[in-house]
Amino acid sequence: MIPEIGHFALVLSLLLAVSQAVFSLAGAARGHAGWMAAGRSAVVGQFVFVALAFGALIWAFVERDFSVAYVATNSNSQLPLFYRVAATWGGHEGSLLLWAFSLAGWSIAVTGASSSLDAPFRSRVIGILGLISIGFLLFMLTTSNPFDRLVPAALDGNDLNPLLQDFALAVHPPILYLGYVGFAVAFAFACATLLEGRLDAAWARWTRPWTLAAWLFLTVGIALGSWWAYYELGWGGWWFWDPVENASFMPWLAGTALIHSLAVTEKRGLFKSWTLLLAVTAFSLSLLGTFLVRSGVLISVHAFATDPARGIFILGFLTAVIGGALVLYAWRAPRLKSAAGFEATSRESFLLFNNALLVAALGLILLGTLYPLFMDALELGKVSVGPPYFEIVFLVPMLPLLALMGVGMHAAWKRGLLAAARNRLLTIAGVAIAAAVIAGAAVYGDVRPLTTIGFALALWVMGTSLAIPLARLRARQAIPGAVLGMVIAHFGIGLSTLGITGVQSFKIEQDVALAVGDAANVGGYDFRLTSLKDVQGPNFIAVEGEVVVSRNGEPVATLHPQKRLYNSGGNPMTEAGIEVGAARDLFAALGDDLGQGRWSLRLQYKPLIRYIWLGALLIALGGGIAALDRRYRRSALASAAATAAVAAAGSR
Amino acid sequence: MTPRRKRLLAVIAIVSGVAAATVLAMLAFQDNLLYFYNPTQVLAGEAPSGRTFRIGGLVTQGSLQRTAGTLKVRFVVTDFKESIPVNYEGLLPDLFREGQGVIAHGRLTDAGEFVADEVLAKHDENYMPPEVADSLHPQPPAGTPE
Repeated sequence: MIPEIGHFALVLSLLLAVSQAVFSLAGAARGHAGWMAAGRSAVVGQFVFVALAFGALIWAFVERDFSVAYVATNSNSQLPLFYRVAATWGGHEGSLLLWAFSLAGWSIAVTGASSSLDAPFRSRVIGILGLISIGFLLFMLTTSNPFDRLVPAALDGNDLNPLLQDFALAVHPPILYLGYVGFAVAFAFACATLLEGRLDAAWARWTRPWTLAAWLFLTVGIALGSWWAYYELGWGGWWFWDPVENASFMPWLAGTALIHSLAVTEKRGLFKSWTLLLAVTAFSLSLLGTFLVRSGVLISVHAFATDPARGIFILGFLTAVIGGALVLYAWRAPRLKSAAGFEATSRESFLLFNNALLVAALGLILLGTLYPLFMDALELGKVSVGPPYFEIVFLVPMLPLLALMGVGMHAAWKRGLLAAARNRLLTIAGVAIAAAVIAGAAVYGDVRPLTTIGFALALWVMGTSLAIPLARLRARQAIPGAVLGMVIAHFGIGLSTLGITGVQSFKIEQDVALAVGDAANVGGYDFRLTSLKDVQGPNFIAVEGEVVVSRNGEPVATLHPQKRLYNSGGNPMTEAGIEVGAARDLFAALGDDLGQGRWSLRLQYKPLIRYIWLGALLIALGGGIAALDRRYRRSALASAAATAAVAAAGSR
Repeated sequence: MTPRRKRLLAVIAIVSGVAAATVLAMLAFQDNLLYFYNPTQVLAGEAPSGRTFRIGGLVTQGSLQRTAGTLKVRFVVTDFKESIPVNYEGLLPDLFREGQGVIAHGRLTDAGEFVADEVLAKHDENYMPPEVADSLHPQPPAGTPE
C-alpha cells in the first residue's frame, strides 16, 4: 500500500511540476500576478509530494518490503538499519528520486528567498526549475519507477553492494546531488535573464550565493568520494581518473570558473554573456555526469543501446536542456553588452586567465572521458584513456593557474598591481621557493624538479592567501565574509596541492607475501604480521590480520586489515587497516591465502595524504563563508524594503 | 586601441589557446591510448609488439596456479576460441575468479605469453567487463555468465 502511495505522489508531483512551469512562465509573459502566485504554490505542492514519495521509498527499505523490485535488488534482511536507509539511493531508480527531491528542495528554497526579486523574473526562474523537474519526474515514471512491484515477491533481497555499505558512501550521493542539482538554480537564473534580455549587477549578486552553495556541496561530495575510494577499494589510491569521478569533477571545474566569472560580472559588469554560458555549461555537465553514471553508457555503449527507452529519453532530455539553453543564448546573448576596459595586471585579467585555464582543463578532461565512448560507438576499436593522459592535461593548465592565483588575489580591480603588493609578493615567492627546496632535501632527502615546483606553488598559494587578512589586520581594516571565504578557499587549494605533491612524489607501495611473524620494510617502517584470526560482523564474516608497525624498534601503530565475506554471497571484500597521521598514513590491506601459511599484503606509506581532503574541506568552508557574506543579505533586505516602499506608495 | 583591433587580438588569443590545448591533447593521447584485444586477435598478430596493451577474456576454469608462498600467479585467459597464458606478480583484485571476466594490462613476450603489470576485474557480480563480453566468441559453454 505505501509503495502505491509513493507512486501516486510521484504522479501528482509531475502534474504539479507541469503547472509550476506553465503558470510561472505564462504568468511572467502575460504579467498575470494570479498565475505567477499559482506557480509558486505549485513549487510547495511539488516539494511536499516528492518528499512523500521519497519517504515512502525509505519506508519500504526500512520495513524490508521485498515485494518492491528496487528494494529487493538493493537491500537484504540482514542489512543494518543505517544502510537500509542509505540503500534508498544505492541504485539507479532511487538516485533519480533523490535527484528530484534535491531539485524540489532547491526550488522551494529559491522560491522562499526570492520575494525581493522582480516578480516576472522570479516566476521565470521558478518556471525553468519546473521544466527541469518535469524532465526528471517523467523519466522516472516512464522508464525507472522505483515503486515497481515484484511478482511474486522475493523472500529476501540481493543486498546492497558491500562496497557501498560504508558511512562515507552512504552520505556521498545526497551531498554530491545537492551540488549537481544546485547548479540548476544558476542555470534557471541564466535562462530567465536571457528570456528577459537584460543583465545587471543585481543579477550577479543574486546568483553568487546560490552558486557558491551548490559548489560547496559538490566540493564536499567529491572529497568524500575520493576519501572513500582510498580506504575502501583496497588499492590505497585517492583519485583514479575514472569516468565516474570525472563526471563529478567536470561540473566542479565549470562551477569554479563560474563563481570567479560571477565576481567580475557583479563588481565590474564585465564577462556578462560568458558568465551566462558558464552557468549553462555547469548544469549541462551536471546532467551529463548524472546520466553518464546512471544510464549504463559507461559500462558499455551497447548496454545503453539494449535498453532503448532509457537511452532515447536521456539523449532527448540532454538535447532539449542543453540545446534549448544554447539556442536561447545565441538568440539573446548579443543584446548583453559589456562596456568597460581594464588594465593587463588588473584583477579582471587574472580572473580571465583563471577562466581560460579552468575551461581548458575541463575541455581536455571531457575529451578524454568521452573519447572511448565515441570510438566504441563508431566501431573504431576498443580503447581506454589511461590516467597519465589526465595527469598531463590537468597538470599543464593547473601550474600557471596556481602561480597566477597568488598574484590575482592581490591585484586591484581595474587599475592593476600596486607597488606595495608587488614587494610583498616577491618576498612570499622567494620564501616559498627556498622552503620548497629545503623541505624536499631535508625531509624527504630528494630534490626533484616537479616536486619542488609543486611544493613551491603550494606554499606560494598558502602564503599569498594568508597575506591578505594579515595586511588588513595591520591596517585595522575589517575583513568582509567574501574576502575571508576567498582566502580560506585559496589556502585550502594550497593545502591540497601540498598533499597531492607529497603523496605523488614520495609514496611507497609494496605488495608482499608474509607468514605470521614475518615483517617487511616499507619507507623505513617495519610492518610485522603478528596474527590472523576469524571475526564475525553483523552481516559478514572476515579474516582479520594484525599488523604491528614499528620504526627503529619503536612501535608506531597496530593495523587491523580484514578480508570480508558477506553473508548475502558474492566476492570477498578488502577492508584496509590505516593509521592516520599528520605527516603520513600507514596503510595495510589483506590479499589472499597464498599457501604455505603465507598471505599477500599490500603495504603503503602515504606522506601528507590527509591534506588533500583537509584542503578540500577548507575550500568548501571558504565557499560557505563567502556565500554568507552580509552584502548578499543586505542587498536582499534593501531591495525588499524598496519593493515594500513602492508597494506602499502604489496602494496609497 | 580601436575596438576592431581589440577584437582581432581576442580572436588571436582564443585561436592560439585552442591550438595549444589541441597540441597538448594530441601529445598526451599519443602514449596513453590503451588498445584492447582478445586472445584471438593477439594470436593473429594484431596486437602491437614492444608496446603495452590490454587483453581480456574469461579466466579458464582450473587454470590459476600460484607459486606457493609467493605473489607469482599464472592463469589462462580465453575467448572460447583461443587462449593465452598470463603471468603476474602481485595482489589479485577482490573480483578475480576462475570462470569470470578479467582484463590485464601489460605486454606480450616473444614466447607468446602475456606479462601483466596490472590485473583488473572491474565488474560486479551480474556482468563482465563490456570489452570482454563483446570479444567472446559465440556458443559459450553452459554455466558461464552471460
